[in-house]
Amino acid sequence: MLLSGAEIIMECLLREGVEVMFGYPGGAILPTYDAMTKYPQIHHVLVRHEQGAGHMADGYARATGKVGVAIATSGPGATNLVTAIATAMMDSSPIVCITGQVPRGSIGTDAFQETDVTGVTLPVTKHNYLVMDVHELPYIIREAFHIARTGRPGPVLIDVPKDVQNEKIEFVYPEGELTLPGYHPPKETDHKDIEAALELIHSSERPIILAGHGILMSGAMQEVRELAERAQIPVALTLLGKGAMPEDHPLVIGMMGMHGEAASNYAIQEADLLIALGMRFDDRVTGNLNTYARKAKKIHIDIDPSEINKNVKVDVGICGDLRAVLTQLLPHVASMSHPEWLNRIRDWQEDSDERDILNQQVDKLLGAQVINDLWKFTGGDAITVTDVGQHQMLEAQYYPHKRPATLITSGGLGTMGFGLPAAIGAKFGRPDEEVWAIVGDGGFQMTLCELATAKQENVDINIAIINNAFLGMVRQWQEFFYEERYQATPMFNPDFVRLAEAYGIPAMRVTSRDQIEESVQFARSVKGPALVEYVVEKEEIVYPMVPAGADLDAMMRRPKPGEGK
Amino acid sequence: MEQQKPKKHILVALVENKPGVLNRVASLFRRRNFNVDSLTVGRTHKPHISRMTITVDSARMDPRRIATNLFKLINVIDVAVVSQEPHVSRDLALVKVRANDAESRNSLTLICERYPARIVDIGPDVAILEIVGQEEQVEEFIEQVKPLGIVEMVRTGVVAMGRGTRILDSAYEPVVPVTSNGNGANYQQYSV
Repeated sequence: MLLSGAEIIMECLLREGVEVMFGYPGGAILPTYDAMTKYPQIHHVLVRHEQGAGHMADGYARATGKVGVAIATSGPGATNLVTAIATAMMDSSPIVCITGQVPRGSIGTDAFQETDVTGVTLPVTKHNYLVMDVHELPYIIREAFHIARTGRPGPVLIDVPKDVQNEKIEFVYPEGELTLPGYHPPKETDHKDIEAALELIHSSERPIILAGHGILMSGAMQEVRELAERAQIPVALTLLGKGAMPEDHPLVIGMMGMHGEAASNYAIQEADLLIALGMRFDDRVTGNLNTYARKAKKIHIDIDPSEINKNVKVDVGICGDLRAVLTQLLPHVASMSHPEWLNRIRDWQEDSDERDILNQQVDKLLGAQVINDLWKFTGGDAITVTDVGQHQMLEAQYYPHKRPATLITSGGLGTMGFGLPAAIGAKFGRPDEEVWAIVGDGGFQMTLCELATAKQENVDINIAIINNAFLGMVRQWQEFFYEERYQATPMFNPDFVRLAEAYGIPAMRVTSRDQIEESVQFARSVKGPALVEYVVEKEEIVYPMVPAGADLDAMMRRPKPGEGK
Repeated sequence: MEQQKPKKHILVALVENKPGVLNRVASLFRRRNFNVDSLTVGRTHKPHISRMTITVDSARMDPRRIATNLFKLINVIDVAVVSQEPHVSRDLALVKVRANDAESRNSLTLICERYPARIVDIGPDVAILEIVGQEEQVEEFIEQVKPLGIVEMVRTGVVAMGRGTRILDSAYEPVVPVTSNGNGANYQQYSV
């Protein structure tokens, strides 16, 4: 079959099971866009900015576990993808980006719309390719998908010069094993490490499981639950680990870290054993490393060997697929109980409940109330896709998730503007689920052009803007650490309701708590995108807070009622 | 014995001989803030595999961190910290020194006799000395010839190999894409 490079790209995408791709055309990628007309099975979503395409592919990947695909032209098209690629890299999200490049003969001549894209994206991709020979193309696309989805997943970029897309060759799909001599996701786990881990588990009196994103990616939810239940080990979650265990489970304490539950942070500092599963001891999770969990022995299980002993020195480091390791471990785990330890944690939790803003009389509409009511009226069962900032932390605190892959958020990179496009991508991946983009007024305005994409594709998502007319999280830091000098954080905002209506998107504004239920019903009743603006208290603070670099248990807490500030 | 409490760690990486691999390795060191003392790249007996030798200051860097990160690069086939086992290491220096009288020529000859060094070029004003040895030896030699007046110098950086039957090699053979007429596509030979 004589095919052009562009047709080979489409042919290979089809064989990888790609059903949707997100992109933006341009000169150097036009041959591939032309080839799309012959492949109607793959739906192309026209975005309004390439960053949106990358986040959509990312949201799709996180919602489905499949590889998301973004496509863009050379030069500015490709550089616009960079933020989205870096986001996917930090959160180990499997995406494949295809970019056009100037013809081979023009590479290195500063041709129109030429950028060294493989050079630019080298540090933010798991791997990338510049295709200099059309015969290599099918191999490279297979490799790219394989690398993106296996081991510790991540973004892979393929840069294809225009003349490679145009060149015609006899197409033979490469079947059989891939030869990647330097790619070796971990294999067998040493039995000695398993035994060492078991010994620590069995001898510990105050163990805690730190549950991370790796659990979701390896599909080890059941195994983690079994481990926790059998040995009665409380579970703290990372932001991306939410959904690893149902949050209404009595052993789940909640999120850890900078804005985590106080009980989780105290428990980590008091524990005599940390069992870190598929997490990477990010600085937002540990606080000051010198005082982090000093009383605890540490077991770290992760698929990426370079994560073990990177930030926190551990006693037992096991490198492997989490599910495989736990399957080896579980049969030998004894039934245990730690009633005293669990009671201590319960006391911390009760203290937190007293401080909880939701249990206090407030006469203003708060972000925390909005999120918690969204949880209530969606039955806690929606896929929520957040942006970055206060609303993101409030989501993590006040929207408990029962199922895996129902919270999609930019954790590692903290990319503002992620929410709306990622929600569109997630809805394409899981069309039967209710999807809510929960965004702040700041981040939303970074990628709000994708409202047009949502409308053009009639994507049935609900957008909740938590509008406090501030860059709230930055404002909070300015209040605490910069003596309330609110430099560049107050926001002029457009009328979001009229803005949505200009895009043909039904919208409503909510200013008091009693309208929230109605707003959820309104958003659900719209077939297609709907937007709700929640006008909330301007100077809300997210508690608790571990100041950057402080000890994990040195939290700033909300005062108890009657205690004063 | 070559290594009692080494001040430097030596890592060896087998990499695919493809364009951009050196860039990937260098970029990794930069973005992870790894302090590298020397990095050498060269061919092996297999045209599709190159070999890198990397030395780092052991007081500043944990070699395992570098090894695990290098290992993650798709084009890196294998990594070994050879300084943790018996090994041979060599550094080569060419040193151009002033040698414009009988006395200085005499001292050159004497110094070269005490080291694995020789005079490889000599003219009326300057001579080029070559030394091949362990890094410390090369350093000592350079100190010795310094008083004569070094005018130019170049070093290759350390290359190293584990002793005995520990073989760092890969059975990997590159796959040449098959075209319809059954012939392999013409692959260009890349060099790093």
